[in-house]
Amino acid sequence: MSGKRVTFNQLWLAILLILPQMLLVFTFFYWPAGEALFWAFTLEPPFGGNLQWVGMQNFLTVFEDPLYWNSVQRSLLFGLSSTALAMLFGAVLALFVDRQLTGYKAFRFLYFWPYAVAAPAVGLAFRFIFAPEAGFISAINQWFPGLWNPALDGADAMVLIVVANAWSMIAYNFIFFLAGLQSIPRSLLEAGAMDGAGVLRRMRDIQLPLMAPTVFFLVVINITDSFVNSFGIVDITTGGGPSRATDLMVFKIYSDGFKGKDYSLAAAQSIVLMLLVVALTFIQFRYVERRIHYT
Amino acid sequence: MVERTPILNIVTHLILLAGLVMLLLPLWIVFVASTHDFRTVNTVPMPLWPGRHLIENYLFTWQQSDFGPKMLNSLVMAMGVTIGKIVIAALSAYSIVYFRYRLRMVFFWLIFITLMLPLEVRIVPTYAVAANALRPYQEILNLLGLSLVLPEWSLLNSYAGLILPLIATATGTFLYRQFFLTVPEELAEAAKMDGSGPLRFFWDILLPLSKTNMAALATIMFVYSWNQYLWPLLVVTDPSYGTAVMQLQRIVPGPLFGEPPRWHIAMAGTLIVMLPPLLVVIFMQRWFVRGLISQDK
Repeated sequence: MSGKRVTFNQLWLAILLILPQMLLVFTFFYWPAGEALFWAFTLEPPFGGNLQWVGMQNFLTVFEDPLYWNSVQRSLLFGLSSTALAMLFGAVLALFVDRQLTGYKAFRFLYFWPYAVAAPAVGLAFRFIFAPEAGFISAINQWFPGLWNPALDGADAMVLIVVANAWSMIAYNFIFFLAGLQSIPRSLLEAGAMDGAGVLRRMRDIQLPLMAPTVFFLVVINITDSFVNSFGIVDITTGGGPSRATDLMVFKIYSDGFKGKDYSLAAAQSIVLMLLVVALTFIQFRYVERRIHYT
Repeated sequence: MVERTPILNIVTHLILLAGLVMLLLPLWIVFVASTHDFRTVNTVPMPLWPGRHLIENYLFTWQQSDFGPKMLNSLVMAMGVTIGKIVIAALSAYSIVYFRYRLRMVFFWLIFITLMLPLEVRIVPTYAVAANALRPYQEILNLLGLSLVLPEWSLLNSYAGLILPLIATATGTFLYRQFFLTVPEELAEAAKMDGSGPLRFFWDILLPLSKTNMAALATIMFVYSWNQYLWPLLVVTDPSYGTAVMQLQRIVPGPLFGEPPRWHIAMAGTLIVMLPPLLVVIFMQRWFVRGLISQDK
């Protein structure tokens, strides 16, 4: 880490300044995370008393539970498909906005709005739009009765939450893709144009390859966000159903820990999820260090 | 660019318009649905043009969901997180960048690591601490064999409980740190030469220079904290501390038999809840985007 050449040397003041942050981080981050680790290896006896050390038993219980693997599988399906959709649309819109034709500023301004909407509000809006008996998609049911019903059909429910989550993430991807595109020197594009490459050719052969760092960064952020945001959407739209078709990881932790009151099981699941997210972030940091700069 | 591409330009505009419809149509539908009466909102397909029941729907929703106090609670939480974050992050970044001491790197990494795990991921253990925020310190005292008994400080059903855990992240600290590192060395040098101490330098020189940074941080933190859902749901059981976003759970037209699908009321509530952060993003977009992109996530 690069520091300053000119610094102050009142040690007591330096500690005092950073103390509030450290107290918060310790109380609400390190202590809870450490405690979760401890709980994950212990069990509370049914009639009270001290926690018992049970080793890997909680993890074994979790890993042997088909319902847990169901939630992992659903989370991955949800995360990967909404990431793919949101990044695809974000990239296409950014590429065409970056052509800077008349009015592109208005589009840039308006495209960003969905990012402000809270996950449960997104959930409620899409629950209405995709409701089987009212709203818009219900028109399908007038032509083909019973074709669309997220409350009964697991696949429909998954489509609903994927579309809702992708919609709310497009704006974020758009902004980052646009920033990535703008960091590409115009002279490269001009050189391409001089050599006779058309607009689409330049997008494919110059802009897309140079956006590779942004793509990688966004994949990690999108997947992490899909774990985090999923709760609000799932809780409002499907409640994990029908028959656990949308029982995503964070939602399952919530229902096991707070509805089912099984803290040990929830803690073990939390640890697995934490490790997963940390692993994703590590990959990203390793990569970010090697990020290529073009300027 | 250099060439003329009339056809591709038309295609470009069509794609951009399609994107606009895709991104804003859901918001428009929410608005339109909130202006119709019960019968119209349940016709299939619903009309795409606003009706005449806007005012009565909003008045009804506002009173039924008790949005007055809920919005106030959300505002207190969002402002608390925003201001707390701006202050605490500035102080700690200043300590890390402008002082040289051995633990600096340790602190740096301890703060840095918190970026990795969002609150939603470690919700179970954090909730356990919220029941008594002084418990970690009590247990440390117990471990050390000191028989000092700290008072209990429950964060459940309190503004502190809504606010404090959301401040305990690294986001702002890194925004400030990156900015402080770009401040020319000569400024601190000159300030020292003129006999100014560290606090005076911080207050009179560094903070005025960080205004844009603060605006960027304030917008992202406001939107982030207003939109919190899972954490308030756990920490608040007393309705008088409930936030506006939590209220959405109550206005979902329920699966209960016999309950009419009052979508017009639900959509009015959705719009009320999403409006404050939407206004922040619309009017402060420049700062918002800057904060978003420059935070080293």
